[in-house]
Amino acid sequence: MIRFILSKLLYLVPTFIGITIIAFGFVRILPGDPVLLMAGERGISPERHAELSAQLGFDRPIWEQYFDFLGRLFQGDLGNSLVTKKPVLDEFLTLFPATVELGLVAILLATLIGVPVGVLAAIKRGSWFDQVSMTAALVGFSMPIFWWGLLLIIFFSGVLGWTPVSGRISLLYFFPDVTGFMLIDSLLSGQKGAFASALSHLILPSVVLATIPLAVIARQTRSAMLEVMGEDYVRSARAKGMSQARVVGVHALRNAMIPVITTIGLQIGVLMAGAILTESIFSWPGIGKWMIDSIARRDYPVVQSGLLLIAGLVMVVNLLVDLTYGLINPRIRHK
Amino acid sequence: MTSMTRILLAASALAMTSAMPAFAKTFVYCSEASPEGFDPAPYTAGSTFDASAHPIYNRLVEFKKGTTEIEPGLAESWEVSADGLEYTFKLRQGVKWHSNEKFTATRDFNADDVIFSFQRQASADHPWNQYISGISYEYYNSMEMPSLIKEIVKVDDYTVKFVLNRPEAPFLANIAMPFASITSAEYASVLEAAGTREDLNNMPIGTGPFTFVAYQKDSVVRFARNANYWGPAPMIENLVFAITPDAAVRLQKLKAGECHLMPFPAPADVEAIKADPNLKVEEQAGLNIGYLAYNTTMPPFDNPNVRKALNMAMNKQAIIDAVFQGAGQVAKNPIPPTMWSYNDAIVDDAYDPEAAKAMLEAEGVTDLSMKVWAMPVQRPYMPNARRTAELIQEDFAKVGVTVEIVSYEWGEYLDKSMEAGRDGAVILGWTGDNGDPDNFLSVLLSCASAQPGGANRAFWCNEEFSALVAQAKQTADVAERTRLYQEAQVIFKDQAPWATLDHSTQYVPMSNKVSGFVMSPLGDFTFDTVDIAE
Amino acid sequence: MTQPVANQPTARLSDAAIRRQMLAEFWFYFRQNRGAVIGMWVFLALVFIAIFAQVIAPHDPTQQYRDALLVPPVWQEGGRAEFLLGTDAVGRDMLSRLIYGAQFSLFIGIVVVAIALIGGIFVGLLAGFFGGWVDTVIMRVMDVILAFPSLLLALVLVAVLGPGLINAMIAIAIVYQPHFARLTRAAVMGEKEREYVTAARVAGAGKLRLMFKTILPNCLAPLIVQATLSFSSAVLDAAALGFLGMGAQPPASEWGTMLAEAREFILRAWWVVTLPGLAILISVLAINLMGDGLRDALDPKLKRS
Repeated sequence: MIRFILSKLLYLVPTFIGITIIAFGFVRILPGDPVLLMAGERGISPERHAELSAQLGFDRPIWEQYFDFLGRLFQGDLGNSLVTKKPVLDEFLTLFPATVELGLVAILLATLIGVPVGVLAAIKRGSWFDQVSMTAALVGFSMPIFWWGLLLIIFFSGVLGWTPVSGRISLLYFFPDVTGFMLIDSLLSGQKGAFASALSHLILPSVVLATIPLAVIARQTRSAMLEVMGEDYVRSARAKGMSQARVVGVHALRNAMIPVITTIGLQIGVLMAGAILTESIFSWPGIGKWMIDSIARRDYPVVQSGLLLIAGLVMVVNLLVDLTYGLINPRIRHK
Repeated sequence: MTSMTRILLAASALAMTSAMPAFAKTFVYCSEASPEGFDPAPYTAGSTFDASAHPIYNRLVEFKKGTTEIEPGLAESWEVSADGLEYTFKLRQGVKWHSNEKFTATRDFNADDVIFSFQRQASADHPWNQYISGISYEYYNSMEMPSLIKEIVKVDDYTVKFVLNRPEAPFLANIAMPFASITSAEYASVLEAAGTREDLNNMPIGTGPFTFVAYQKDSVVRFARNANYWGPAPMIENLVFAITPDAAVRLQKLKAGECHLMPFPAPADVEAIKADPNLKVEEQAGLNIGYLAYNTTMPPFDNPNVRKALNMAMNKQAIIDAVFQGAGQVAKNPIPPTMWSYNDAIVDDAYDPEAAKAMLEAEGVTDLSMKVWAMPVQRPYMPNARRTAELIQEDFAKVGVTVEIVSYEWGEYLDKSMEAGRDGAVILGWTGDNGDPDNFLSVLLSCASAQPGGANRAFWCNEEFSALVAQAKQTADVAERTRLYQEAQVIFKDQAPWATLDHSTQYVPMSNKVSGFVMSPLGDFTFDTVDIAE
Repeated sequence: MTQPVANQPTARLSDAAIRRQMLAEFWFYFRQNRGAVIGMWVFLALVFIAIFAQVIAPHDPTQQYRDALLVPPVWQEGGRAEFLLGTDAVGRDMLSRLIYGAQFSLFIGIVVVAIALIGGIFVGLLAGFFGGWVDTVIMRVMDVILAFPSLLLALVLVAVLGPGLINAMIAIAIVYQPHFARLTRAAVMGEKEREYVTAARVAGAGKLRLMFKTILPNCLAPLIVQATLSFSSAVLDAAALGFLGMGAQPPASEWGTMLAEAREFILRAWWVVTLPGLAILISVLAINLMGDGLRDALDPKLKRS
């Protein structure tokens, strides 16, 4: 097992180097010049432009800047944002919990609804429930979520006035960040109504973000269940007179969960992409919105290091999924 | 539950934990962007100044509320020498600095703070010049302070003298701008000792009407009333900025009672807001101009008659209707009508495609095809350049001119549009910094600014015009300056280096409960005079 | 995405008669899936609309009727008969813009899938067939691309290339291409050691011929399934890029771009916001329905589910 883990880790090294090259390289061939953007309509004299570029280190050869970037990376220094002048890592860490909170709630929603729906659809294969839920899942899978988010805002916030429009919590609550997770911090604060407020702010964004993973998980669970239920041992268990509930609960579900867990793990990348759209619709102060804004502002250090952190994160999660899969399913390990 | 009781309940919840008085009046402003930081000097965005320079800091002289006139700020009075080279400021006494958990001032504001605030921007060797690595002071530089200020002398603790290299009429307006906010030299030395210099930017200390409480990145900024403010104390106890970049979302929040006031509504929504019984809208012409700048160095656009003919072919009212949804007015001069010296006697070229066509033919221009540049971003003076370009394209087609619309990434657009020999006419605009006509006419249209690094995108160099503007800049008498600028506007209209497109209207929707908000012609949002009804 | 690879194709079919029978069998399975058939009809309707847009559309999609800004759909008060689905902020007919939008979506889907498929097959064949360091290098590069969330990478790529429809398509294709490469490689690895390949090699077939004529046709099924999936994702992602202002640029009547332009009217004119999104949803749904049917019919292992 340790060899398996080690080999997996070793495997990541070249990938990680590739990621740094892409994160650095792509960002540096971005057309557009942060110095010009700062100057705006006023324009900037060539001398002042050169002076500022030199100050930011953009005048040196690109490879020199790359190794500089790598060197500082290993010291844990991800650079300073050109716009706010603050360390990128600090900014990432303040915004990251918001994205994680949104993502976790979304994946929880998707799993808690998706898995039972998938199981039920598989058991009652061909029933109206199966047909309706799978049609709904396909609609969800096909949903342009940026549009879906706008529709939900119009309806639930605009027409009905049930949910707040944007943000993480009503501004009238004010308590210190302890964990960065609004749901937990609001409870810790002991302020009445704070938790309810935080929760109500989370509903629409997490529903929007959960839409696609929910559809994928429901569909995947259903087909995994069907496949397992078709296997000989399940059929024989059933033939031996085991009750339907026992068959499903003991045999089918457990085995069907292997691919489902993988699917859930693989939704991290999907969630990240979804977070970019969801956060920009709901003004959610997370890293998705941060990345988009920074790309638009040509804030090189933020885009570089942000890409790196996000890709690194996806990589680690994928590794964990791989390892879990290896644990559950020993066959993989020996391949 | 009504939103008011919700606010009260929440406010009392706030009181329990943060030692604020119960039933504190909390005013929520749905701001359009995150502040980049809280030290106004290194930044340039208006949204940053709304959260830093205006609530937290003061300047030596300030803009009188709702005007572009200068009034005393931290300087009680000032004298200008006869040659216009020396400005001596008498400082206000007894002005208290804010305090926070790291800092309690041992002395009042004095001349050292003024010197510190300017010197750190002026001199690269100043220990606080690079207190965050890689910062620069763009406004200080672009307002030409380095070449203007010869030295700043501390006469005594409450007297400071600025010595200039040349007489400059807009100087007072310049130092009323946010970059010239006065920061505490004592706070700086405390931070220096603690080794946390970046807190000057993160936990600001000022003399302004509000003290800084907390900032949650990209989400909320909180301020509290400064109980020791030297001026009239604010009516509201807590000021909260809810950062909401999307205009539609901002409006939703305003309607839901989640905030009291918002900037920059989508023009399309203004009618609906006006109709809402719970909301009101204040409006005023913005201090801006949107224009189409021809390249006056390239034929056939070097011919003023061709430029005039094209201007006549353009249905500007249609642009105001379709792009601004009426939230703007057609521009005839290069400066906005709210600015002093605006020449209202000038008559705009009337929309007349037939005459325009005839005029083009008379100049021997047939089968003309040209490029129109449309910028990729929304600006206050131009909500949708692309749409404007499409309208111009259709108008020009009617006089036989074929238009190709081009666009570049914003930084590139700014750069390429200033390249000599540029092909095509450029849509762009300008928002005033300090309300001085010089800030428009000299920055955008003088011969000097037609050089690389300038902002004269018509490359228009008219000696007569430039001489008038330069003369006005050195003249202290406002009546005389007004005359010079009005004359310059006549030359501008006659030569038509631009098609002057629009001045956008600035709308500020707010809850009916809000009173005392004063719109600033400079586009600032200040809340020291607002109040909310119970 | 990669599960179909694990399935070993069943019996080897090389005979034309058996191929015909396969096609019949495919159609049989496909027809059984009602959703797939509906999806197919909707998709065909979209193709029809896109091809004959000029004939069907009542107006020029870029023609601005200055006297008809934001006219609501005909059934609503204030609607006008000549603008069935209303007009947008500069008085362009919504219906015509939506009809022309179908062209964009299909074009995006086809081009993205074509680039990603051809690129992916080529790279995957190289990696699978040659193995060794070629394989290692290629697959590492694919891993790197896959480590980034697709939309984020596409965003950065578009920022590099400059916003615009063509660049958005290239960016999306680059991001999708590793899926095809992985599938192809895995299939080639599976097929390489089979008897018919060995036989062909013994018979003296060249490497190129082996790769393209012998092996490739036998691993098409998972690729086709992946292609339909990518087709619908491409339409979605291109719309998302358009929505973020990085895709097709106005005045193009691409649906995502229309949505982005209409966002400011969200509270005032529901039709300019709702309709383009609905168009995206319907077309993506149709393609996905069809894709499901295709997968069921093509993939023997999944046929049972």
